[in-house]
Amino acid sequence: MELNEFIFKAVLLIVIFTISLVVAMYSTYGERKIAAFMQDRLGPNRAGIYGLLQPVADGVKMFMKEEIIPLASNKGIFILGPSIAMFTACMTSAVIPWGGTLTISGKEYSMQVSDLNIGILYVFAMISVGVYGIMLGGWASNNKYSLLSAIRAASQMISYELAMGLAIIALIMANGSLSLADIVNHQKNGLWNILVQPLGFLIFLVTAFAETNRAPFDLPECETELIGGYHTEYSSMKLGFYLFAEYINMFVSSAVISTLYFGGYHMPFIESMGLSANAVTLLGSAFLFIKILFFIFVFMWVRWTLPRFRYDQLMNLGWKVLVPLAILNIIITGAAILLF
Amino acid sequence: MKSLSNKSKVVTNNKMTFLESIYLPAIIKGMAITLKHFFMRKASVQYPEQQRPMSPVARGLHVLKLDDQGRERCTACGLCALSCPPEAITMVAAERKPGEENLYREEKYAAVFEINMLRCIFCGDCEDACPKEAIFLTDRLVPTEYERESFIYGKDKLVEKTENRIDVTKRQTKEVLAFKKNKRYKHNR
Repeated sequence: MELNEFIFKAVLLIVIFTISLVVAMYSTYGERKIAAFMQDRLGPNRAGIYGLLQPVADGVKMFMKEEIIPLASNKGIFILGPSIAMFTACMTSAVIPWGGTLTISGKEYSMQVSDLNIGILYVFAMISVGVYGIMLGGWASNNKYSLLSAIRAASQMISYELAMGLAIIALIMANGSLSLADIVNHQKNGLWNILVQPLGFLIFLVTAFAETNRAPFDLPECETELIGGYHTEYSSMKLGFYLFAEYINMFVSSAVISTLYFGGYHMPFIESMGLSANAVTLLGSAFLFIKILFFIFVFMWVRWTLPRFRYDQLMNLGWKVLVPLAILNIIITGAAILLF
Repeated sequence: MKSLSNKSKVVTNNKMTFLESIYLPAIIKGMAITLKHFFMRKASVQYPEQQRPMSPVARGLHVLKLDDQGRERCTACGLCALSCPPEAITMVAAERKPGEENLYREEKYAAVFEINMLRCIFCGDCEDACPKEAIFLTDRLVPTEYERESFIYGKDKLVEKTENRIDVTKRQTKEVLAFKKNKRYKHNR
């Protein structure tokens, strides 16, 4: 890799990292505002204009809190838990294609940090490692509730990752590649994968909720049963990392959903507008961000609408409904490929 | 038995239909409701800046009125304390000395007049019982405090200031004045 490209990728990486952190930060604000609006309240509006400084105030509060590590906990693993959660949450965004190609002084640069030919598998690997953060943290706390929560998180992950993987297999069959860039380019003609794989999308969406531990599948941090779940014993910024990792995960999940099923950075009718190539790329990236923000909104919208599943219902849904449906989806896709 | 109000419903435990069992229509319906509320007018009142209008006859913090010459009306008859259901009012009477005519309207006055705002239930019986139009409840609220002792309001907090009169004319409706003059009640005679 030559120097220019290296510098471009480094800058892109930093920009994406910053954007995902800022989006996650303001997701906490958005979450509270959306929750309030849906409950006919106003939400945070005292810190700054429209309460826009609320995430800063929350961050300062988190840092100021006393740091408590329980005496009976396993200190090393206790610290490792939130670190893994945060680390894996930030890792996934590297393979997502954030835009087409930018032409700078006659050279083309791809707006994707790294175009792995097994991009989807990388995303899966990172999501799978992410649950270790919750599991280790819950286990190391030496607290019954945290342990139960860790067990719940682990079994929920395993159950739903299966259905998610099967839903993706059908998608890969329809697109013929594991690379995220190829999947996006395959949807270039405006035929988004949601139209090709509606059932697969539905399964993927439901499992994405479960994988990010969001309501209605937020059993690992179910307050009514488990106090705070895996982060019961955590305080100060370690707790902040857990909560923040959830929002980064939400952002990345939204990005993955937009990329896989909603055409990524492709904007319909943009070719006919007669803009320069760079403008098309940047507009496409902006459009991708609109899609991502919409899905973040959907995540929150669902959270403040639906009640939490009971644990047996969660397992029933995962194993008896989603997995058979995903297999059915694969069969239908295979038959369609064979016939047409 | 047939229900008269028609409000009760017979509970059934039927098996869910296919549409019900896949949840999706119900989920979409629920999300439509939350989205509708998203755009609805909010119920919040921005409290310190925005305050809800109080009723003119709201029963809040008491006031001990002065007469038009700035003399205390209360004669420490004790009828308010006697009528008070939670016994929140207590007072010590004293005799007016010569030269204090500009302070107290009658020959007897309350040297100490205390209302325990934690006991008070703001029923307004003291106001009804007062034969001298001295005590009134107002539309002001009792502020929060850190100590229990601070809720025992003495004359320093209850008696209105001559330069800052508390208007109670809103609550002296026709019916109230008629009640005050009704000779059937002992304290009006």
